[in-house]
Amino acid sequence: MSLHAANRKLVMRLAFGCVLMFGFGFALVPLYDVFCEVTGLNGKITNTGPIAASEADTSREIRVRLIAVHNEEMPWQFGPQQGLILTHPGEMKQTAFMATNPTGRRMVGQAIPSVAPAEAARYLHKVNCFCFEQQTLQPGESVEMPLLFVVDKNLPEHIRSLTLSYTLFDISPEVSSTGRGEKEQSL
Amino acid sequence: MSTLDTTLETHSDEHHGPARGLGRWLFTTNHKDIGSMYLWFSLLMFLVGGSMALMIRAELFQPGLQLVEPGFFNQMTTLHGLIMVFGAVMPAFVGLANWMVPMMIGAPDMALPRMNNWSFWILPFAFAMLLSTLFMTGGAPNFGWTFYAPLSTTYAPPSVTYFIFAIHMMGISSIMGAINIIATILNMRTPGMTMMKLPLFCWTWLITAFLLIAVMPVLAGVVTMMLMDIHFGTSFFDAGGGGDPVLFQHLFWFFGHPEVYIMILPAFGIISQIIPAFARKRLFGYASMVYATASIAILSFLVWAHHMFTVGIPLAGELFFMYATMLIAVPTGVKVFNWVATMFRGSMTFETPMLFALAFVVLFTIGGFSGLMLAIAPVDFQYHDTYFVVAHFHYVLVPGAVFSIMAGVYYWLPKWTGHMLNERMGRLHFWLSFIGVNITFFPMHFIGLAGMPRRIPDYALQFADFNMIASVGAFLFGLSQLIFVWNVIACVRGGRKAEARAWEGAEGLEWEVPSPAPYHTFAEPPKLPESVR
Repeated sequence: MSLHAANRKLVMRLAFGCVLMFGFGFALVPLYDVFCEVTGLNGKITNTGPIAASEADTSREIRVRLIAVHNEEMPWQFGPQQGLILTHPGEMKQTAFMATNPTGRRMVGQAIPSVAPAEAARYLHKVNCFCFEQQTLQPGESVEMPLLFVVDKNLPEHIRSLTLSYTLFDISPEVSSTGRGEKEQSL
Repeated sequence: MSTLDTTLETHSDEHHGPARGLGRWLFTTNHKDIGSMYLWFSLLMFLVGGSMALMIRAELFQPGLQLVEPGFFNQMTTLHGLIMVFGAVMPAFVGLANWMVPMMIGAPDMALPRMNNWSFWILPFAFAMLLSTLFMTGGAPNFGWTFYAPLSTTYAPPSVTYFIFAIHMMGISSIMGAINIIATILNMRTPGMTMMKLPLFCWTWLITAFLLIAVMPVLAGVVTMMLMDIHFGTSFFDAGGGGDPVLFQHLFWFFGHPEVYIMILPAFGIISQIIPAFARKRLFGYASMVYATASIAILSFLVWAHHMFTVGIPLAGELFFMYATMLIAVPTGVKVFNWVATMFRGSMTFETPMLFALAFVVLFTIGGFSGLMLAIAPVDFQYHDTYFVVAHFHYVLVPGAVFSIMAGVYYWLPKWTGHMLNERMGRLHFWLSFIGVNITFFPMHFIGLAGMPRRIPDYALQFADFNMIASVGAFLFGLSQLIFVWNVIACVRGGRKAEARAWEGAEGLEWEVPSPAPYHTFAEPPKLPESVR
C-alpha cells in the first residue's frame, strides 16, 4: 500500500472517531438521565403513572414534607396545601399545590420536582403530578395543581422522612420566543 | 507500513529553499515553518495570558479593590485560563511536535502538510475572536475557564457566542493537528524504527493525539449544547426546562480531565529526551515509560468526577473516583523514578535545558502530591474551590508544562537556529523563573488551606501577607520571561555556531542532520544510527 493510500485510510478512521466522539458527547445526555433513573441518584426520578393498589403497611409512618421554591424572580404565589403529610408505605395520599399569578400579564410556569434524600427518589411514586408540565395563568388567575402519590413499601428501613420539593420556573419568555408546544411534558 | 517511495516522488521537485515574503508563512506546508509559527504564536499568547495574570496578581497585592472592577477581574481570570491552556501550552506542544517528530522518526515532513498549514492558521483567528470580546458590550466571558452552566448560559454576557465559536475553532485546529501527528508517526517512520524504538517524545505525543481525538469532540458537543440553550430554546443545562446543570459538569470534566493530561504527557516526553542527554546515559526503563504513559491516558477517562466531589455524588461514586484518581499516582511515580534512575551515576552536566528538566521533576512532583491530597474525597470538601486548587494546578502547569516547553526550546534551539544559546542568560532566566514560580505559587497552598476562595478580587485581611508575597513572585516570574524572549531572539540572530550534535550526550536522528536543520530533511529515509538501533 502506498503511503498516500495508507495516510488516507488512517485519516478517514481518525475522522470517523472524531464524529463518533462528537455523537457520544450528545449521547451522554440521555445516558445521564437513564443512569440517574436506574440508580435514583440526583433525586431526579419521576415515577409517574398508575400503580397497582395494595395494602398499606401501617407499621411504619413516613413523614413527607412538601416544599415550594421560587426560582429567581418568579412572582407567582406558589405553595403546598399542607407542608407535612403523614403517610404509611403503600397508602395513596392526595394533596395539591396552589399557584396564583398576581401580575398583570399572562405567564407560563413550570415546576421541576426533586426528592431528598436522593436514595428515596425511586420509592416515591407520583400517580398524578404536575411535574414538568407547563402551566399557563392569566393575570390574577389561580389554579390548584393536584398531586397524588404513594410511598413504596420497599422504602429502606432507615428512611423515616423524605422531602418532595418543587421549584417553579418562569418560562414565559422561552415559550413566547420559540413557540415550542407541550413537548416538554413527555420528559 | 513505512514505504516511502511515493514521498520521494512528490518531494523531488521541492529541493529548494523557502519562498520569500509573507507568502512563505501564509502558504507554507513545511513542517519546520509551521512549527516555528506555532511556537511564536504560543509565545505571544503566553505573554498576553501572562499580562492578564499580572493584572490579577496586582489586584490581589492588597485586600480591597484597588485597580480593576470586579467584573473585569472575572474576565481576566477567565481569559487567562483559556489563553494559557488553549493558546500557550497546547500550541507550543504542537509546534514542538511539528518541528521534531518528522526529524526524530526520519520522515521528510508531516503526513498531511496542507492540513498542517490549515490547523495552524485557524488559531490566530480563533484567538482574535476570543480577545475581541474584551471590547464588546457586556465585556468578555467572565465565568471562569471551566464555563459552568448556567453561569455561562443564562447569566453570561452576550459575547459568550463568540467564545463558543472560538472554542469550536480551537477544537478543530487541535483535532487536525492530532490526526496529522498520528498519521506521521504511524506511517512515516524510517525503515527499522519499530514502535518500541520510537523516541519517547513521539510516543507521548502519539498517545496525547489519541486523547485529543477522543475528548475535543466532546468539548465541541458541550459548547454546541450551550449555544443551543442560549439561542435555540433547548434545555440541556437549564433546570427550568428539565435539564440539569450537573450534567454540564459531567460533560465538561469528561473532556477536562483528559485535557490536563494532554497538557502534561508531551512534557513527560520532552523531559525523557533531555535527561538522558545530560546524564549521558540511556533512559532507564524505556518500555515502562511507554506503558506508564498509556496507563495514565486510559485512567484519565475514569476519574473526571474528582473535580465534582461536592456536587452531591453518592458515597460509592466518591470512593470509586477517589481510588481511581490515586491509582494514577502509580504510573506517574514509575516515570519520576525512571528519571531519577536515569540520572543515578550518570555523568551529569547542568546546562540550561537540564536545569529546567530537573526543576520539572522536582516541582511537578510537588504538584502531583498536592493532587493526591485533593483526590482524597473527604478532605476535598475543605480544599474545593480554594487557592489550594490554584496552587496545585499551577504547580503542574507552570513548572510542569511550561518549564518542559522552555527546556525543549532551549534543548532544540541550536538545531533550529544553528546557534548555541547564551548560556549565562539562560541560567539567569532559569534561576529567576525557579525562584519566582515558587514564591508565587507556594504561599497559595497556605492561603488555600486557610480557606481563601479562588476567583475573587478581594479577600479577608488574614490572607494579606501571603497574597503580597505571591504577587511579588508573580512579577518576578513574569518579568524574567523577557530574558527568555531576549535569549531566543538573540539565538536566532547569531551566536556561537552549533554543531550537528549540539549537546555532547544528545542521541537521536534529529542530531544527525546539520545545525541549523536544512529546509528539507530526510528526503531519503535515513539509516538508524548505532545509538538508536
